Amino acid sequence: MNPLLFVAVAAAGGVGAASRLFLDGLVRTRVGGGFPVGTTIINVSGSLLLGFVTGLAMNHLLAPQWSLVIGVGLLGGYTTLSTASFETVRLAQLRRYGAALANGIGMLVAAVAASGVGLALAFALG
Amino acid sequence: MPRAVHLRWRYLGLVFIGGTVGTGLREGLTLMLPPITLDAGARLPLTTMAINLIGALLLGLLLEALVRRGLDVGRRRTVRLLLGTGALGGFTTYSALATDSALLVHSGAVGAALAYALGTVLLGGLATWLGIVMGAALHRRTQGGTASAAGENA
Repeated sequence: MNPLLFVAVAAAGGVGAASRLFLDGLVRTRVGGGFPVGTTIINVSGSLLLGFVTGLAMNHLLAPQWSLVIGVGLLGGYTTLSTASFETVRLAQLRRYGAALANGIGMLVAAVAASGVGLALAFALG
Repeated sequence: MPRAVHLRWRYLGLVFIGGTVGTGLREGLTLMLPPITLDAGARLPLTTMAINLIGALLLGLLLEALVRRGLDVGRRRTVRLLLGTGALGGFTTYSALATDSALLVHSGAVGAALAYALGTVLLGGLATWLGIVMGAALHRRTQGGTASAAGENA
């Protein structure tokens, strides 16, 4: 990988991470902090978009370097496993086991399904 | 009243810098240790899994250590946004976990998809918990304090 592309992917990840802070804060002020719905929205929407971008790249409808910048960089930095996992463990520590299960397994099922939808949409275009 | 964290350029900038470094590290590691290709042509991204587990442990450690030191203000907030939300948030990823799992299902490797996806989330929870315990122990060793951090959020 050439250095310029590497830097572009990394910086796109920075933009994704800042977008995550912004969107999560926006959701928190609207919904409140009882259930960490912001991270769920971020991870499921990011998974849908990555499925779509990956499908486009597999069908050669998107150049590989754009797939890296948008997929590995922007969407990789936008979505996060560590915060989702932390919020799940905190819910379990508060004995909110149903909420912890929804945040752990529910988010995973929703994100994988969303990725599948994204892939299917891109394959339909090819 | 001060503006909310997510509306301040300084904080968005800290997360951008951290996220750039975290994403660069994830990308570098993935380039050095590419995913394993299965018979069906699907990829088993063990590097992504390791990145997510290490990041989960470190975030648990960081946030627990920070919350035990005091309120989320000043230097503690700077460290949380730069290293936690930014670097570790950008280092770990959920979209790749979901898409690689969906691709494994698509290629017929349903067992591998389940093991990869559930394995990451369950071991990720364990790693986070371990990190929190380590963060608490670290705080006790350096401060001798026992303040509870329950209820605080990232």
